[in-house]
Amino acid sequence: MSKILGFGMKVVAQQVGDALVIRVDQDRIDAASAIQFKDQMRLLTQSGMPRVVLDLAQVAFIDSSGLGAIVAAMKGLGPAQKLELSGLTDTVKKVFRLTRMDTVFTIHSDLPVSLAKAG
Amino acid sequence: MTLHQSFRRKASHVIVHADALAVRHGLASLFAQEPLTCLSDDLRGTAEIVMAEVLNNIVEHAYAAQSGAIEVSIDLGENGLECTITDSGAPMPSNDLPKGKPYALDQMDDLPEGGFGWFLIRSLAQDLQYARFRDQNYLRFRLPAHALVA
Repeated sequence: MSKILGFGMKVVAQQVGDALVIRVDQDRIDAASAIQFKDQMRLLTQSGMPRVVLDLAQVAFIDSSGLGAIVAAMKGLGPAQKLELSGLTDTVKKVFRLTRMDTVFTIHSDLPVSLAKAG
Repeated sequence: MTLHQSFRRKASHVIVHADALAVRHGLASLFAQEPLTCLSDDLRGTAEIVMAEVLNNIVEHAYAAQSGAIEVSIDLGENGLECTITDSGAPMPSNDLPKGKPYALDQMDDLPEGGFGWFLIRSLAQDLQYARFRDQNYLRFRLPAHALVA
């Protein structure tokens, strides 16, 4: 089990079985942090883990730049990789619903029990 | 006295330097004072989405070539929060507000990574008005505030 700490933008990745759980330890992904977030996602998902679960339970707010960065992270994955989202808070959920991005991503209300070790 | 009357005089005013980090701090300041602290969590979320998009757009477009200040005023009126945002950056293209068109989401390889901003603003804000006057941009809109909590 490996743990990688991101810099600045606090993002923690942990491998659980065949999944990579990436937890954003910051209360917002916004225009000031979107590029950093995108860079870190690219770095963390390079290993090619087939299943990537982005845990957003700590993120209270996301703007359109943050949303764009999550979409970019998904598009940057390899053909055998899949990005799932977990733990969307109310305002984050609203942004996904209004932009209909909630129809594009697999979204879990909570981190699946099998992956919850990533603490 | 109704809730509306009791909050009627609540207003806030901040000046934000046009960069992304200053916008983050400016929003934190606005949302820590009245009238925005009077909103329910749901309407607060709506207000923050709109405010963030409006301010980020000014930073990215109006002030693309130069920096400057953005002035934000929020007043609680009879019909919600009356918001006025002023900047001295470049005018809106064609002196009009962007349409904020919906976009296609059926092409997974070609999903949009941007262009959501005006779509979100138009979905959530009411009575959007734009004017260019004496080299300044004035944007006015109303945000719902009906579920005021004391």
